[in-house]
Amino acid sequence: MFDLDRAWQVDHRVSMRPEPFGALLYHFGTRRLSFLKNQTVLAVVRSLADHPSARVACLANGVAEGELPAYARALAALADSHMITERRSHDSGA
Amino acid sequence: MTLAPDVAPGSGVTRPGRLTDLFQLGLDAPICLTWELTYACNLSCVHCLSSSGRRDPRELTTDECKAVIDTLERMQVFYVNIGGGEPTVRPDFWELVDYATAHHVGVKFSTNGVRLDAAAAARLAASDYVDVQISLDGATREVNDAVRGPGSYDMAMRAMGNLRAAGFTGFKLSVVMTRQNIPQIDAFKSIADEYGAQLRLTRLRPSGRGADVWDELHPLPAQQKELYDWLVAHGEQVLTGDSFFHLSAFGSALPGLNLCGAGRVVCLIDPVGDVYACPFAIHENFLAGNVRDAGGFESVWKTSSLFNDLRKPDTGGACKSCGFYDSCRGGCMAAKFFTGLPLDGPDPECVRGYGETALASAGGLAGGLAGTAVPRPSVDHSHRTAPARPRATAGGAVPVTIARRRPPAHDCDESPLAGFAAGPRSATGCC
Amino acid sequence: MPEIGHEAETEALTSDELLVEEVSIDGMCGVY
Repeated sequence: MFDLDRAWQVDHRVSMRPEPFGALLYHFGTRRLSFLKNQTVLAVVRSLADHPSARVACLANGVAEGELPAYARALAALADSHMITERRSHDSGA
Repeated sequence: MTLAPDVAPGSGVTRPGRLTDLFQLGLDAPICLTWELTYACNLSCVHCLSSSGRRDPRELTTDECKAVIDTLERMQVFYVNIGGGEPTVRPDFWELVDYATAHHVGVKFSTNGVRLDAAAAARLAASDYVDVQISLDGATREVNDAVRGPGSYDMAMRAMGNLRAAGFTGFKLSVVMTRQNIPQIDAFKSIADEYGAQLRLTRLRPSGRGADVWDELHPLPAQQKELYDWLVAHGEQVLTGDSFFHLSAFGSALPGLNLCGAGRVVCLIDPVGDVYACPFAIHENFLAGNVRDAGGFESVWKTSSLFNDLRKPDTGGACKSCGFYDSCRGGCMAAKFFTGLPLDGPDPECVRGYGETALASAGGLAGGLAGTAVPRPSVDHSHRTAPARPRATAGGAVPVTIARRRPPAHDCDESPLAGFAAGPRSATGCC
Repeated sequence: MPEIGHEAETEALTSDELLVEEVSIDGMCGVY
């Protein structure tokens, strides 16, 4: 299960392209393509590096408590495909 | 312009829909696209979708190609599939590939292997951002060379051997599925496994020279089912370029977006800069503009009337009442167009049989009755070893002709008129 | 095989509730 209370960031090899419906993410290393299907999940992903945890990032972008499981599933999928990675304590937040 | 799905008022949250619904409306930039670098080719494959062979004198210069790459970078097109003709015969091929990867555009190029020597293989193995696709249409020399010409099987094998020796694994072995090679499907998998390649199976379409051989080479109904079952059994191990979404009506959808991406998420840039909806639809009806026009490729993608028409929601037309429309989406636009079928009706290979019925009532591929000839490609760069095919006149009328390369009728032909207008056939079935 | 088909169907039924979906870069028709 995805750990919402860890710090995350978008992998540097990922290119993010906003779209009207959300966004496309392409990982140049793995050649995989992910689709973010709404604007909120895009905002969460973009802001991951700015927050101490994924949970804080979600709440900061207007995700309601009841919606957190759905967003955790989304982030888990992105972690599985290496689009996002855990941020170690020495990584800069920006 | 692209449309956004409904947003619930007061919340930033859109209700996520199915990807197919979101993409049908088009995107601000293609996800990936096919870029044919040249019409020149050392081969004359009988089914060539781009009718390639001879270089066009108006082909984009190196600098014009780099300008296209700059545009793709700006639009964040992640990935281009470079093809042709045979793209490696362009003297600036490597320069352009390097330029693309240096500008954040990933490249996969399709090749018959002619220039894939040990040095080229080593160069590729050293790069993370370039992928290769080798074309092969028979698991044996006999079956392959009947379609691709003498020596082509050996050339592909040698190229694959060079890639393996250089340590390049995961390259693509791409096969166009035909009546002749579907029985070899397990052998293709073995070849791919032997060379550390990923097998890719794609659909034969009546596009380019494909129209001349479609009658004799397209899979029979029983073979379509066999192919579908095999693909389901092999899952994501085998790629398809989403070219078999018309088979989804057999049962569950195959992996992929399962929709026609033409003008919506993909398109073609041809060697002279013409932008078509798809590489299987090289015809003036599907020509959206040219990269040399003011505004370049970006303007064509975003504002062409053709693409905006394609991005309107699909209502299903004649297929609307069929319970399988949701899976098959009415099949392939190019397959319908080049068999003379209406675009809002069934695919010629509709697995429910509606395409056969439609073809029979339209007079089959032989056409030629009462001036209703099947559309021919507008563009033909085939090697001239046989007289050129007739073109549409300026007024749009297509002259009625004896189909010079129409194969003799077979008992299993679907159309009652097959072979009616058949003329003598060249020995190779092509140029 | 029936199981694979069934899985794909189940996924398709719920895919419109997923916030993230992945597709192969090869999964688009119109690119050869």
